[in-house]
Amino acid sequence: MRVKLNVALLISIFAFWLAGTPLVIASDLDPFLGVKGTLRIAGGTAHIPVMKEVAKRIMRMNRNIKITIAGGGSGVGIKQVGEGLVDIGDSGRKATEDEIKRYGLKMFRFAIDGIAVVVNPENPLIRMKKTEIIDIFSGKLNNWKELGWKNRETNVYTRDASSGTRKVFWKKALKKGEIAKTANFVKSHGAMKSAISRDPYGIGYISVGYLDDTVAPVSLDGVFPTLENVRKGNYKISRGLYMNTKGEPSGLTRLFIDYILSKEGQKIVAEKGFIPVR
Amino acid sequence: MKSSIEKLAEKGFLFSALLSASITIFILSFMFLFSLPLFRGGKIVEFLRLGWNPYEGKFGVLPMMVGTVIIASFAILIATPFGIGCSALISVFSQRNFGRFLRKLVEFMTGIPTVVYSFVAIFLLVPLVREIFQKGTGMCVLSASIMLALLILPTIVLFLTDAFNSVPKNYLNAAEALGATPVQKLIYVIIPSAWKGIISGLVLAAGRAVGDTLISLMIAGNALQIPKGLSDAARTLTAHIALIIASDYESPEFKSIFVCGLILFVFTMLIVLALRLLGYFEILRER
Repeated sequence: MRVKLNVALLISIFAFWLAGTPLVIASDLDPFLGVKGTLRIAGGTAHIPVMKEVAKRIMRMNRNIKITIAGGGSGVGIKQVGEGLVDIGDSGRKATEDEIKRYGLKMFRFAIDGIAVVVNPENPLIRMKKTEIIDIFSGKLNNWKELGWKNRETNVYTRDASSGTRKVFWKKALKKGEIAKTANFVKSHGAMKSAISRDPYGIGYISVGYLDDTVAPVSLDGVFPTLENVRKGNYKISRGLYMNTKGEPSGLTRLFIDYILSKEGQKIVAEKGFIPVR
Repeated sequence: MKSSIEKLAEKGFLFSALLSASITIFILSFMFLFSLPLFRGGKIVEFLRLGWNPYEGKFGVLPMMVGTVIIASFAILIATPFGIGCSALISVFSQRNFGRFLRKLVEFMTGIPTVVYSFVAIFLLVPLVREIFQKGTGMCVLSASIMLALLILPTIVLFLTDAFNSVPKNYLNAAEALGATPVQKLIYVIIPSAWKGIISGLVLAAGRAVGDTLISLMIAGNALQIPKGLSDAARTLTAHIALIIASDYESPEFKSIFVCGLILFVFTMLIVLALRLLGYFEILRER
């Protein structure tokens, strides 16, 4: 049935092409017409909402294309694309000099993202100082009472070593300060969000694109991590979201990257709560 | 005279036995080879002594070793009495059909994936534990131990019921003739003579408890400290491997994973050895 439909579609497209009357409205998806193949993506978990939406649109339009998306963290993305295990490795940080040289990586920045400190919505302390954040994450400030709330321990959540978000947050928010040994480790943005939303006394950090009602973003020195503040540069804890390829991308990989950087792709980026680069 | 088919079957069985045995040995030597560079130059002491802080060049896995031992031991501690009680009910106290039904239920339990246990625990157990302790996240040693106990319970129960059922009928008849109640039969006849089966059950269960990854990864909290109490978050060796393996292939972090693997292997071997020895001495004493 599907084959028949596709054949019919092809014939009609061919007919219209012959007639020289473009009926299909020009779309940034057009280059995917008639392309076949699979594309493997892995890495940063902040990227997943955008990647998923883009993949959905491409695969809905052309059923001969299969796109798989896996998480794992920025470190995994860079490593796997470098080893040739995936076609695109997502990372929420720039690849290091060493990684670029060793694997011959090409970086494509497609969005800018802020990293927000989040607490449970029950927590009234949504305005904090940067120094307080540093103290909370280092374990020096370990009871919410000291900030004027309940007499309960602060439960710090952090990400695993592969996380690019962790690296950026550690550098820009914690000023490379220590993270307490008592901190709980979670493996993705989704896991961080659900951990904080279930733990009234938790505090953690996630990408601004992941913010919703289940967690409360915290303002640092009076600046809330809104898209507006990140775009204007008022909120400093931000980073680029990258797609990395081993060498110059070609074929389907190239088309995918071009689409994300196209007008439509960048619209998706904005819809998912990130800042487009173009 | 053996038929050729029989000979063939024998060869086949020998082959599969050799294969599974050699794979175990192969894995052990593989891990040993890979962790060898870290043993050289006395670096191994650092692995055992220092904490884990890659940014300061500390790759100690002591907190994870302690975490593994504590979580697994508590799981065994919780599961053993329940296991003995449950198997006693199945094979001694209950009616035949009800016992069978219970056993089927336990067999069904073995098929539940650990991720399901952890997922359920996150929603039901973790908030409860958090409110009971009034501190911490609820993702802690106790939560993980309870869920691990649930995971290994079927292993213990199945082994124990088999052991209980294999106690010679005439022992039981003799005890009954002396006027023993079912409880007395259990304590004075069945458990002493099923000793070996109980040990094998506990060995396998302990192995499962030490080796399980997902439960401790999802609900033990994965903190890098050495846990000081039941309400503290801890990280097990298995969870540590799962958290690190992804990030790098050449860093010292990654290399240290082989040490973790080796330690895990040695752990399980020690458990088996210790309990076997215990059983051995018990047999000697009986004589």
